[in-house]
Amino acid sequence: MQTEVIMSGFGGQGLMMIGKLLASAALEEGKNVTWLPSYGPEMRGGTANCTVVIGDKPVGSPLITSPWAAIVMNQPSLEKFAPMLRKDGILVVNSTMIPINSDRTDIRCFRIRADDLASEMGNRRSANLVMLGAYIGLEEIVSHKTLITAIEHAFAEKKKFIDVNRKTFTKGYELAKAGKSDD
Amino acid sequence: MAKVLMKGCEAIGEAAIRAGCRNFFGYPITPQTEVPEYLAKRFPEVDGSYVQAESEVAAINMLYGGAGVGKRVLTTSSSPGISLMAEGVSYIAACHLPIVFVNIVRAGPGLGGILPAQSDYLQATKGHGHGDYKLLVLAPASVQEAVDLIYEAFDLADHYLTPVMVMGDGMIGQMMEPVDLPDMRDLSDLVEKPWAATGACGRGPNIINSLYLKEDMCNANSWKLKEKADEIERKEQRSEAYACPGDVLDVLVVAYGTMARICKTAADEVKKKDKKKVGVFRPISLWPYPYEALAAEAKKAKKILVVEMSTGQMVEDVKLAVLGKKPIEFYGLTGGMVPSPDNVAHKLRSMIK
Amino acid sequence: MKKVFGYPEALTTNQTHYCPGCTHGTIHRMVAESLGELGLRERAVGIAPVGCSVLAYNYFNCDMFEAAHGRAPAVATGAKRCRPDLILFTYQGDGDLASIGAAEILHAANRGEKITVIFVNNAIYGMTGGQMAPTTMPGQVTTTCPFGRNPDHEGYPIRVVELLSTLRTPAYLARVASHTPLHVVEAKKAVREAFRLQAENTCFTMVEILSVCPTNWGLTSAESNEWLEQNMLPYYPLGVFKHPDRSEADSAAEAGVLQGA
Repeated sequence: MQTEVIMSGFGGQGLMMIGKLLASAALEEGKNVTWLPSYGPEMRGGTANCTVVIGDKPVGSPLITSPWAAIVMNQPSLEKFAPMLRKDGILVVNSTMIPINSDRTDIRCFRIRADDLASEMGNRRSANLVMLGAYIGLEEIVSHKTLITAIEHAFAEKKKFIDVNRKTFTKGYELAKAGKSDD
Repeated sequence: MAKVLMKGCEAIGEAAIRAGCRNFFGYPITPQTEVPEYLAKRFPEVDGSYVQAESEVAAINMLYGGAGVGKRVLTTSSSPGISLMAEGVSYIAACHLPIVFVNIVRAGPGLGGILPAQSDYLQATKGHGHGDYKLLVLAPASVQEAVDLIYEAFDLADHYLTPVMVMGDGMIGQMMEPVDLPDMRDLSDLVEKPWAATGACGRGPNIINSLYLKEDMCNANSWKLKEKADEIERKEQRSEAYACPGDVLDVLVVAYGTMARICKTAADEVKKKDKKKVGVFRPISLWPYPYEALAAEAKKAKKILVVEMSTGQMVEDVKLAVLGKKPIEFYGLTGGMVPSPDNVAHKLRSMIK
Repeated sequence: MKKVFGYPEALTTNQTHYCPGCTHGTIHRMVAESLGELGLRERAVGIAPVGCSVLAYNYFNCDMFEAAHGRAPAVATGAKRCRPDLILFTYQGDGDLASIGAAEILHAANRGEKITVIFVNNAIYGMTGGQMAPTTMPGQVTTTCPFGRNPDHEGYPIRVVELLSTLRTPAYLARVASHTPLHVVEAKKAVREAFRLQAENTCFTMVEILSVCPTNWGLTSAESNEWLEQNMLPYYPLGVFKHPDRSEADSAAEAGVLQGA
């Protein structure tokens, strides 16, 4: 069993961060995991992405061309990765930033107003955690609890962000779990 | 110790510290800059010293100085920077000094690109700098293996008194994976270096030199290097054979570094879906090349496929191992394009249909 | 009877390969005497360059490296950073230091490496047989500027001490000469001061020593000394250009005085 998740958006939207949170939660649960970023000039303001592969067996290729899931936070990312998803795969879309839909009917698409929700909860910069929460709500490849621990660990030196990140993550998680796209 | 999630470059820096390295000299270049960044921050905690050199040319000569006074020294760079270091490495090899250096390979030639590649294979294994010497070249396929090989590279360098290169592609440097970090080496336990230039106190001068104006002495040094290379060739060949049980393989894939991982995924896919027997042979030491081990695996295979992120630099070594007994095909992308498992599977299917 | 003069312990008894009239031997002795007088020989590590003094490791009775062309300051940096208790010196000519090794000397000085650089400037490439150096004088004939160095084509000679003096990092920077006994006495003082400052871990130290090359200048020894006096001294003023104990204004003033003298 292997799950590959691509997280993509503008540099600064915190995609690398949620990738690392997912990877460290997977490690915590004793799974095999790789995290591979896109790097170079595209990190400077352009579209940045990272790929997390989680498996029961040692991970072969860390580079994935047909991912199982994609978390997209801007439109170019949706345009790039939606067509690459495997059949029955998962697409989590930040509908605050992405007005369009993927035309694929053979995948599960979940739209969520990540930026709006995060703003309403006090920190727009936590939109990435709403997105990660939504993905975990749809497919609990690591448990909600482990991820909360990963958040607490990652923000140990910036404690004031722990609360809002925990809340935004849980908000996305609960909405997705209930199947309630708020879009 | 529990596993920690680390980026390849940072893990390389930490592994060097644990191996007893306290001096790094280097110059930033993508995609390995996280190593100097990590060490610049980490070294003060272990009484280490980080120096940002003015160039790769200067950096490798700083290693020459540091190794010559008997310390474990490290630099890391990427392809264009490694080219600049060729001069210094030649001096270091000629003087029988131990250093460890890392090439996180990016696409070339020229300025090329910053994305992963394996296009420095020939440079690393067949020469690098001028003169008769060989580099011991180790190629990890995971962050854990990068850590283990860096840790061991310092011992190999000290044992053989030779430069050791650890060569990974951009993915090894940039990827995060869980790693088990080795124990911190006790600095007082490291091997004694009575040849080092540490001040002529109670003994005659130690001279670190590669100038031999008399041809017989230059000849003798080259043969001394050759003897050392022969010993390394006998003792230090490393490789891994993946899923190669049984007597017959439809195809044996030969690949190293992260490319080998991608090939394993492709091989699994073809085995599962097409019910064909595909094995993967992964050289870990690129020099010395594991010719005998590859020859043994190749015996079982109907065909050989070499896959690289280059235009086929390793093919000649595979030919030397197989000696014309099996047909060899090549698949590769370079310039920062990475063959995907699908690409490799497609190529495999074209060979076994 | 009291011994008032002897062979420096920091020199081997090997016969040097230098040409008649060359000042390398004298300069080697200044270095060796300084190491001996300051009690530094047993901690000293020297870096020989590429150029006429490439074999200096045969002449200094202390631990030595032979470096690649121009890289001696980088080698010294690596050694000193790894073993700050050692006394590091480089011994470099004008091609090695001011041409191919320009980056290495500039950055070693700017980082304030606690090393001593002995820079021998004789305005020509000696070992390769008399080619133009970055310090060759305007109009001076060499095998690669056979009609005389033309500043429009080759630029003007580089004044290394002045160049390095512009760096903010504290340093000891002096220029001395080696063509008369009196100049040799002054030169030795500067070399010794450089090693003293290094031994106290004070700063980067460099002494540029104007030197002669009778063989490649095509002059006798006496003529060479005269040529240095008349052609090099006006362009390469002597003096301490920078001293860690003195303000930069004082150093500049002293250099100016010596220049006039």
